[in-house]
Amino acid sequence: MEFAELIKTPRADNAVLHGPRCPAVRGTLCLTGHHLIFSSRRKEGGEELWLLHANIDCVEKRFVGSLGTIVIKCKDLRIIQLDIPGMEECLNIASSIEALSTLDSITLMYPFFYRPMFEVVEDGWRSYLPEQEFELLSSVTDEWRLSCANKDFSVCPTYPPVVIVPKCIDDEALRKVALFRYGGRFPVLSYYHKKNGMVMMRSSQPLTGTNGRRCKEDEKLINATLRPGKRGYIIDTRSLNVAQQARAKGGGFEQEVYYPQWRRIHKCIERFNILQESLIKLVEACNDQSHNMDRWLSKLEASNWLTHIKEILTAACLAAQCIDREGASVLVHGSDGTDSTLQVTSLAQIILDPRCRTIRGFEALVVREWLQAGHPFQLRCAQSAYSNTKQKWEAPVFLLFLDCVWQILRQFPCSFEFNEQFLIMLFEHAYASQFGTFLGNNENERSKLKLTQKTMSLWSWVNRSEELARFKNPLFEANSLVIWPSVAPQSLQLWEGVFLRWNRPSKFLDEAQEEVLNIINYNRELQAKVNALRRQLAELETDDRMQENLTDSTPVRAPWLRGSVDLNENPLVSS
Amino acid sequence: MEHIRTTKVEQVKLLDRFSTSNKSLTGTLYLTATHLLFIDSSRRETWILHHHIAAVEKLPLTTSGCPLVIQCKNFRIVHFVVPRERDCHDVYNSLLQLSRTAKYEELYAFSYNPKQNESEQVKGWQLIDLAEEYKRMGVPNDYWQLSDANRDYKICETYPRDLYVPRTASKPIIVGSSKFRSKGRFPVLSYYHKDKKAAICRCSQPLSGFSARCLEDEHMLQAISKANPSNRYMYVMDTRPKLNAMANRAAGKGYENEDNYSNIRFQFVGIENIHVMRSSLQKLLEVSGTKGLSVNDFLSGLESSGWLRHIKAVLDAAVFLVKAIAVESASVLVHCSDGWDRTSQVCSLGALLLDSYYRTIKGFMVLIEKDWISFGHKFSDRCCQLDGDPKEISPVFTQFLESVWNLMEQFPQAFEYNEAFLLQIHEHVHSCQFGNFLGNCQKEREELKLKEKTYSLWPFLLDEQKKYQNPLYSPDFSPELTLLEPNTVSFNFKFWRNMYHQFDRSMHPRQSVYDLIMNMSEQNKQLEKDIKELEAKIKQKNGQPDAVLLKEHQQSAHPAPVALKTPPCFKKEQPLIPVNDAVRTIEGSNTADNRYSEFMEEFSKAEPAVVSLEYGVARMTC
Repeated sequence: MEFAELIKTPRADNAVLHGPRCPAVRGTLCLTGHHLIFSSRRKEGGEELWLLHANIDCVEKRFVGSLGTIVIKCKDLRIIQLDIPGMEECLNIASSIEALSTLDSITLMYPFFYRPMFEVVEDGWRSYLPEQEFELLSSVTDEWRLSCANKDFSVCPTYPPVVIVPKCIDDEALRKVALFRYGGRFPVLSYYHKKNGMVMMRSSQPLTGTNGRRCKEDEKLINATLRPGKRGYIIDTRSLNVAQQARAKGGGFEQEVYYPQWRRIHKCIERFNILQESLIKLVEACNDQSHNMDRWLSKLEASNWLTHIKEILTAACLAAQCIDREGASVLVHGSDGTDSTLQVTSLAQIILDPRCRTIRGFEALVVREWLQAGHPFQLRCAQSAYSNTKQKWEAPVFLLFLDCVWQILRQFPCSFEFNEQFLIMLFEHAYASQFGTFLGNNENERSKLKLTQKTMSLWSWVNRSEELARFKNPLFEANSLVIWPSVAPQSLQLWEGVFLRWNRPSKFLDEAQEEVLNIINYNRELQAKVNALRRQLAELETDDRMQENLTDSTPVRAPWLRGSVDLNENPLVSS
Repeated sequence: MEHIRTTKVEQVKLLDRFSTSNKSLTGTLYLTATHLLFIDSSRRETWILHHHIAAVEKLPLTTSGCPLVIQCKNFRIVHFVVPRERDCHDVYNSLLQLSRTAKYEELYAFSYNPKQNESEQVKGWQLIDLAEEYKRMGVPNDYWQLSDANRDYKICETYPRDLYVPRTASKPIIVGSSKFRSKGRFPVLSYYHKDKKAAICRCSQPLSGFSARCLEDEHMLQAISKANPSNRYMYVMDTRPKLNAMANRAAGKGYENEDNYSNIRFQFVGIENIHVMRSSLQKLLEVSGTKGLSVNDFLSGLESSGWLRHIKAVLDAAVFLVKAIAVESASVLVHCSDGWDRTSQVCSLGALLLDSYYRTIKGFMVLIEKDWISFGHKFSDRCCQLDGDPKEISPVFTQFLESVWNLMEQFPQAFEYNEAFLLQIHEHVHSCQFGNFLGNCQKEREELKLKEKTYSLWPFLLDEQKKYQNPLYSPDFSPELTLLEPNTVSFNFKFWRNMYHQFDRSMHPRQSVYDLIMNMSEQNKQLEKDIKELEAKIKQKNGQPDAVLLKEHQQSAHPAPVALKTPPCFKKEQPLIPVNDAVRTIEGSNTADNRYSEFMEEFSKAEPAVVSLEYGVARMTC
């Protein structure tokens, strides 16, 4: 198919763009196969808008006389308006945008056409391989093995070709267990807690059905992760009620009689359209500036978004707590094991594992726990909050996860190597991107699409030092502790960086952010200068053959680079 | 002292306010003449000033003892369990007596001795000089003059002695106007905008009833509007809801009739009265104090309390006022009923938005002295300093501070002071430790001889201003910042966790960027100094290599550690936000401070089928 067929009017002059928080600009609108481009004539360069068609969630048009107006609502929640003179041009452009933003075939998407303008230093497709992950693991324990049972995706179509399982369970047993778990998603290792050797596994629901089917291999598999005499916890992300109802459809949950060493805990994390509705309501509330206080608060409440955040965080804290405080192993699953399960396992790792709070560690987490684990990005992120076509499978599961990470980041602003912009960037790319990373629903689909050969990985771009600079948290100081967030409603906040991003003036906040950076940089500069001067002085003094005390040339260390600071102790004199 | 029956009770438990599993600390409770003190087994001290106690409640006896709940005006709530009922009863009765003071002279300020000598005390009181402040604004000038009409508090008891009025307003006009205004509070100058030549004036409601008029009052308003050469008309803002103002007419009060006053534009702005505000705060605290609160209960509670709606109304009113002055160069007369609550809020916030001086530490003190203390906001009644009418209590000043906090959130670089400054002021408005906020008006304060018998808060705050400095403040950061134009769309208003949960540390972020930046910019100053000294030394070294001299210099290059010692007066107070304590330790990751740990205790008990972890607290339902 040629994109040209879809573009009847490729260009409209004298169009007016009304963007969020900026004055209207007159200019020329151009449509290409993948972009909507608007350039104003007023200034050379700078004033151009490039919008990926894939980012467009919904297009609305209306007419006043012969002046047509197109309102474009984007998946990143931005809303722009284009005034286009001429009814026919306007109609043509609107229908082109609509068609181009809802292409059926993945292979027509921009990532398959995108040619990077930067030099690829490191191929992101090879940055986070399960084999590397396993290597790290085998340096601390030999109780696990890398299984290739799924190398042709026949055991579980939504799992990657290689997974980590207990050493004592052979591939034959895995195949049997796969038949007992929904979608073949047998329990696999999600996280190994080095501190006490406890593990977190994830799977889908067991297919017990109404007659209470059991599977000895399944029991053996998960029991293999328990220390002798120790108990484990199964965290079922569905309420007991929902889990019970699932039995009628062939699903179910682990029964106490067959899993006597496991204690089951039910949490209630919502899925699918409930979450999508929640997002739609939240965005609606945030976009209406005319709401009075009562209406705003009741809309915020009615969206239930923060309730979902609290539920997800609470479940993740619980899992982390079982592992770290209780010294117990944990199995997490919901029904499919591709949504709420992954929210819980990935957030628990953020809480427990300092590595996940670094940029590379977080990327590895997203690759491991979301992409390879088979979260169906293509389905879930097909549309965002404005779409009129409400499909059952659309849900902001990944956005909720990012929001939860943001909540933790806000409570521990020095413990993360990345900043809020990094999370927002991931949100944007999950919904529309020039990179192939979030295409497809699982590794199986991705390998069929040959993404690694035909598209560029997001990580190839992000991990370049130029880009990383934008995403680094200047306050970061590696901290090896477990971080326990507060989940009290008073401690949770609306993620303004995403939901109010286009609705509130951020000039003063941005400038303040810059000032923070200035202070930090200035501090580093001064530290360096003091050290240099001290050295110089010390040299001068040795030149004079003075018997000098070396204390003077001890380099100054920033107090914020130390474990803790006592302000009463002047860091410069303390030596 | 005669109220104290028991001075020491041992084996008292201090319960965690939000814990569902009754987690507690055991320790000893002490009663002193001024404070209640609890020392737990790890020697941590909790000091509670008697004057801070808003309510003491004895709950029904339990198996572990007699529960005693103390609510404080600074939003601390402590829940003790005293083993023996008799002790509990004694403590309860003592606290009831001690927290209710009958006479001003019994307040802490009169016995508080910060070891200042007399001249320091006098100097302290002279720190804020309102005559200077009016001079700074540019009055007296061709249009405005100092009036001596109220020199002896003869015209209005609740106004200060020195009042600024239009030059054309003669004494008879002032007297006549004051007779037509509730409590004699006639229109006077609150803030003068030099560039626009426009004024913010304040007064109380007119005694207009349904039809009464007063020529002098009409003249007075005309004089105000004529004192502004840049605009013919002026605004009259009635900060009450229209319905309330109309109801007042039946009592012979009311609002200005536009037909009787030439060139006024009359406007209601709808801020609710003190009673509505009181119960709103009460509801807010009920909601935020609920154990195991869900997000939806929190948000719907926040909504039904109306608190944020009220804060928005106050700020909206201030924005209206500022627009009239900054955009139209029109003078504005602000009033409510008596002109000491809503009027103070709106006038002071308006001035804060217009004038960057009030966004400095000293300027904010001046603003409070001017629009709140001198113009007779009834601090004593509103904060219940003496045992009085509970219907007079209202968080009007707290709302003002909260509005300022909201502005600070929107303009992080516009304020020299930080949140801790607001919290500290709030603390001392209620502490009765300093003389500034005692009493209801200046006349009363003079009669109490506060300047001789008590100390002023401001010098103490200035002494430790390092703690209150905003590291991001940039005074001339942008010319637009002289005038703040806040966005008052609802989503900008947030629950002020650091005020209402200032003592519930587990709800706060576990690491504070703010504290970190504050320390760093403090350190930067020191480093700059060090660099200068080092450079001087190197220079000298190159010039005259004299060993002895060098040695001496070296010593001076190492000043004694900057000890951030708290002055003795603050020793007993718990730090509001312990700004400087162990910035880099992560509290949440420390078992003791983290409620998840209860989860572990729970685990060792029953075997649950369902575990729910709410509010950061694990709870099990079988």
